[in-house]
Amino acid sequence: MTALQDKHEKEIKHILAKYPTDEKRSAVMPLLYIAQRKAGYVTKQDMLEIAELLSISTTEVASIVGFYTLYHDKSGGKYRIQVCNDLPCALRGSGQFLEELCENLGVQVGETSSDGILSVEAVMCLAACDKAPMFQVQSHSDISYHENQTVESALQTIEKWRAEETDK
Amino acid sequence: MSKVKGSRILLRHRDIPKLDKLDVYLEDGGFESFKKAVTKMKPDKVTEIVKDSGLRGRGGAGFPTGVKWSFIDANNWPHYVVANADESEPGTFKDREIMEQNPYQFFEGVMLSAYAIQANDAYIYLRGEFWDLAHELDKKIKKLEKSGYLGKKLFGTDYSLNLYTHLGAGAYICGEETALLESMEGKLGQPRLRPPFPPSFGLFGKPTVVNNVETLANVPLIIEKGAKWYRKFGTERSPGTKVFSLSGNVNKPGNYELPLASTFRELIFKHGGGIPDGHAIKAIMAAGASSSLIVANDEALDTPMDYESVQNVGGMLGSASVIVIDETVDISWLVNKTVHFFKHESCGKCTPCREGVFWMSHLTERIDNGSGSREDIVLLQDVANNIQGKCLCALGDFSTQAVVTGIERFPEDFKAKVSPNQAARIKINE
Ligand SMILES: Cc1cc2nc3c(=O)[nH]c(=O)nc-3n(C[C@H](O)[C@H](O)[C@H](O)COP(=O)(O)O)c2cc1C
Ligand code: FES
Repeated sequence: MTALQDKHEKEIKHILAKYPTDEKRSAVMPLLYIAQRKAGYVTKQDMLEIAELLSISTTEVASIVGFYTLYHDKSGGKYRIQVCNDLPCALRGSGQFLEELCENLGVQVGETSSDGILSVEAVMCLAACDKAPMFQVQSHSDISYHENQTVESALQTIEKWRAEETDK
Repeated sequence: MSKVKGSRILLRHRDIPKLDKLDVYLEDGGFESFKKAVTKMKPDKVTEIVKDSGLRGRGGAGFPTGVKWSFIDANNWPHYVVANADESEPGTFKDREIMEQNPYQFFEGVMLSAYAIQANDAYIYLRGEFWDLAHELDKKIKKLEKSGYLGKKLFGTDYSLNLYTHLGAGAYICGEETALLESMEGKLGQPRLRPPFPPSFGLFGKPTVVNNVETLANVPLIIEKGAKWYRKFGTERSPGTKVFSLSGNVNKPGNYELPLASTFRELIFKHGGGIPDGHAIKAIMAAGASSSLIVANDEALDTPMDYESVQNVGGMLGSASVIVIDETVDISWLVNKTVHFFKHESCGKCTPCREGVFWMSHLTERIDNGSGSREDIVLLQDVANNIQGKCLCALGDFSTQAVVTGIERFPEDFKAKVSPNQAARIKINE
């Protein structure tokens, strides 16, 4: 049994049950989400274990991590702030929002803050175009939406996380 | 009997409070259609009613839903239903509202299609960003299992059905049905060569129906109230209602469910409250970032939004994600934006798309930042023309729509950008 399986036995069993027994490769995406929970990115060891569990090669697992934008193979901010700056949002001022947010946080788009707590990314449409400006936050364990934002409201939310992290 | 107010078939939660609660949905007549189908109707009868209703796919292509179901290979088992909840086209946010607020009607649609093709397993493929939503749906699926609407031997018959969610992880291409199936099989989300089409070779190589969320959400009421009732909305060839996702330079962006063949003017000015700050409307994209740019003149504004009419003004209805563009917007900036989207999302499998979109993005970037030349515009047009019709899936063609129509219909915006006269350049509000 791999370490991943050891730790999440019940959950993994539940995931595998969703797919035909000879098609367990389908579980690769859900298993990557589980692996990513630990540190916000998928380690080489995780890929090895997932490959073993599903009887596919580690290269195949790695290529999936590379293909999909919500998987990461390097550590980033604990909170990945992903601001939508796609066309419909941009028509409603997301470009300026992103710029001012970065200025206030002292972080450039694509970079992580020096305390490692947050990174800011510009992303494509998140199906919330009528609620621009908006961003989603990918943390280690989940993704949440923050819509109809102003720079002030966004900063407030972000400061709250920062405070929580420094309290820890 | 399910309550329908005006032309709201899908966004009924706006009229019926707490429709996302199972007891409220049941009280409104929910799952009666499914129960009736499983206990009293032959599977083919369900398909026949959907065929008669004229319902067409809401995911973009507008293919007749009942016809698709009837293509399922009856000599190859098991069958699968996969609901396409990838919703990633820029400007599209209707499936999300349906799944968040009227989830049981959507489930019931999935379940009816599963019964129609005698599938015992159905999957909902959601884009990874719908993380919270997927977890909510999981809880609701559990409730349905507990209440006997999902599981083994439903209503004392031999029919069994399981429903599962499957989360993607951020890739627009996974909305393309064969890429979606690859992704579900644990592979890279890259389109398959077709034919064979999913009804003969789909998930795990088995006959599969792939339908959009909105398409499926129509089905319970069609089965309950009949094809003739459904045809009261819309036109002969485009029956029913449609959820229009309205975004961009408009006062009241949002989802509006209207009968097909309502006009752009009605959507943008009556429901959407017109253009902010007294600006004039300049262009419309009717199907998200994949669409051509329609010049927003009176003829276009008075065009009925149905599958046929939108084509007559040089557009496509597609998923009906209407992006409004006002006079302050520089079309060369907009085109740069859409091309960057497609460059980011091209899956890399076929050469014309992978290389072509990359090349286009260099040109649009150069034009947009003011360092382009007139030749760049000609070259851009040429690259776009060489992508069209040569790609494995429609993404390649999608990437060229705004480029080609932008240059053709708004040439002055491009010329102004490459002019040596810097004063002529239009500043945009990015
Ligand atoms: C690049 C690309 C992206 C697509 N994205 C979606 C999508 O996000 N949601 C969707 O329902 N259909 C999408 N489609 C259309 C699907 O391939 C397919 O036609 C649709 O799911 C069929 O369902 P329908 O008949 O109910 O419309 C996309 C197609 C292409 C080529
Ligand atoms: S463009 Fe930003 S959510 Fe759609």
